[in-house]
Amino acid sequence: MDNDKQAYWKANLALMLTLLSVWFFVSFVCGILAVDYLNQFRFFGYKLGFWFSQQGSIYVFVILIFIYVWRMNRLDKQYGVHEDDDT
Amino acid sequence: MSAQLLTYIFIGLSFALYIGIAIWSRSGTTNEFYVAGGHVHPLANGAATAADWMSAASFLSMAGIIAFEGADGARYLMGWTGGYVLLALLLAPYLRKFAKYTVPDFVGDRYYSQAARLVAVVCVIFISFTYVAGQMRGVGIVFSRFLEVDINLGVVIGMAIVFFYAVLGGMKGITYTQVAQYCVLIFAYLVPAIFISLMLTGNPLPMLGFGSEMVGESGTYLLDKLDGLTAELGMTAFTEGNKSTVDMFFITAALMAGTAGLPHVIVRFFTVPKVRDARISAGYALVFIALLYTTAPAVAAFARINIINNVDGMQYSVAPEWFTKWEDSGLIAWIDKNADGKVQYRGGNALNPVKPAFEDGREASGQRSLSNAPSDSENELYIDRDIIVLAHPEIAGLPNWVIALVAAGGLAAALSTAAGLLLVMSTSISHDLMKKCLMPNISERQELLFARVAAALAVSIAGLLGIYPPGFVAQVVAFAFGLAAASFFPVILLGIFVKRMNREAAIAGMVTGLTFTFSYIVYFKFISPETNNATHWLFGISPEGIGTLGMLINFAVSLFVMRITPPPPQHVQDLVERIRVPR
Repeated sequence: MDNDKQAYWKANLALMLTLLSVWFFVSFVCGILAVDYLNQFRFFGYKLGFWFSQQGSIYVFVILIFIYVWRMNRLDKQYGVHEDDDT
Repeated sequence: MSAQLLTYIFIGLSFALYIGIAIWSRSGTTNEFYVAGGHVHPLANGAATAADWMSAASFLSMAGIIAFEGADGARYLMGWTGGYVLLALLLAPYLRKFAKYTVPDFVGDRYYSQAARLVAVVCVIFISFTYVAGQMRGVGIVFSRFLEVDINLGVVIGMAIVFFYAVLGGMKGITYTQVAQYCVLIFAYLVPAIFISLMLTGNPLPMLGFGSEMVGESGTYLLDKLDGLTAELGMTAFTEGNKSTVDMFFITAALMAGTAGLPHVIVRFFTVPKVRDARISAGYALVFIALLYTTAPAVAAFARINIINNVDGMQYSVAPEWFTKWEDSGLIAWIDKNADGKVQYRGGNALNPVKPAFEDGREASGQRSLSNAPSDSENELYIDRDIIVLAHPEIAGLPNWVIALVAAGGLAAALSTAAGLLLVMSTSISHDLMKKCLMPNISERQELLFARVAAALAVSIAGLLGIYPPGFVAQVVAFAFGLAAASFFPVILLGIFVKRMNREAAIAGMVTGLTFTFSYIVYFKFISPETNNATHWLFGISPEGIGTLGMLINFAVSLFVMRITPPPPQHVQDLVERIRVPR
């Protein structure tokens, strides 16, 4: 693999791991492991842990995918591996 | 107009729409039949993926399950949406770059092995069949309750519609009907939810409404009110769970990895023109899905409050029409334990065994006779969870057109998923089995014919499963996820991210992961169901969550075997390099 492609792949993996750690944190940590602890706090009319497990985690999932798309499209351009617009 | 007449009109109109789209978008080539020619706009693919994904289970059952389980229902909410993050980041863009037709295609080419391809074909067919049978039950419920036709006739009508557009249109026909079905189903889901949210909380957005204060009781939040009501009646508080943390963790993980590994979802990402489109269309798909999934828990909380308020203490002789109609359908049962003529709704099961077994005749207050023994609890009411979404508009007293709309939405959800599954099965047979394994010399025309015949055959078998539902279907559907998590997800993931990953490791990993998961489920569900409880489970993991452990075993075995066997040939390593970059 040439250096450029290797750097592209590394940047891709770094982005992916960052986003996946957020994914893990909001669902498995806030929504499951720490749900009882968080439930002692209120978030409007919800218990906080309950909100994360039934609402918050889903909103974060959506945001994560859009961040990924935006950053990857930029990476593609930066490393010159983006697809042509007409194909 | 009566609800029944309106239901006929709504369902008739929606079916006419689906058929019209099918005629407009029929397929002429295998490429169109398998992946809609690869020309689907990412936004359309997002909507189609959402409809493909959201089945009768999401539309009809999920809010009902959450209504009764409260906090534990979060495993479905997070599991069935979180999987899209995995799909978008780990699988979809790379599989699009690979640019073939099916999941077995990827497994077969990446692992340069016909055996691996065949294992994948068998998994695809098994997963899809267990899944499609559940859709047919959904179609049957809607038809029998709302149109008062025989369940079997309902299934036949549903199958005829799917037959028409799946066999004729292939992926192209399915894609555009799914877009229409998404619009129908999301409209049908949101309208009653908004109505009920306004009635209970004054907030038009259900996702915010269930965290708001109750109308007429300022200072009382809806969820606190519900927690109070449930506690008062001796039930688990709505925002507290019954399941252990470890089980919740494993089930949620299995549903996520399973979602990302489900063949009928993955194949949707082969239909867009570019890698970039695959990424963004996963994002659109999750937005469309999240719209329903963030509404579902609100619907669940509203329904639970409405049921408690309307049913507990109700005199059976003056029961509303919806109550007796669902009782006639066999999905509500009442056993008058204290013989006071009033329905008493409490914690625990009402009947022993849990599911009602009706006998001919009526009891003192006019309720249907049961052969079940009364249970030890004070609860007198059995409500099937699957009816909540359908019954809720009636319980809340919404206008007839809303009730009819929900029926059309339920059918859209069931039919769109059924069509996607049938297509994946037919593609696996005509492309992976016939063209790639058994008869490599067939022409494109013959392959297309095989695809159509296989689709027709799959529709018929699915219809039979709907008419004669084998007792085990309901038990097995959730396990389609466990099996997908333990087989496809690791094998595809490692195939993309570990270049050294080879044939021997993939086969060893799939076989151990599948065998472990399959035997665990079969043991607790079929061989020894009486021991199916936390004290006997391995590490406290239920059969529903065991796919996660199966997946970990698959990963471990794969990585170990990979180290002691030769690396894959150069052309496969080049393939991996190629799919990692968009250009």
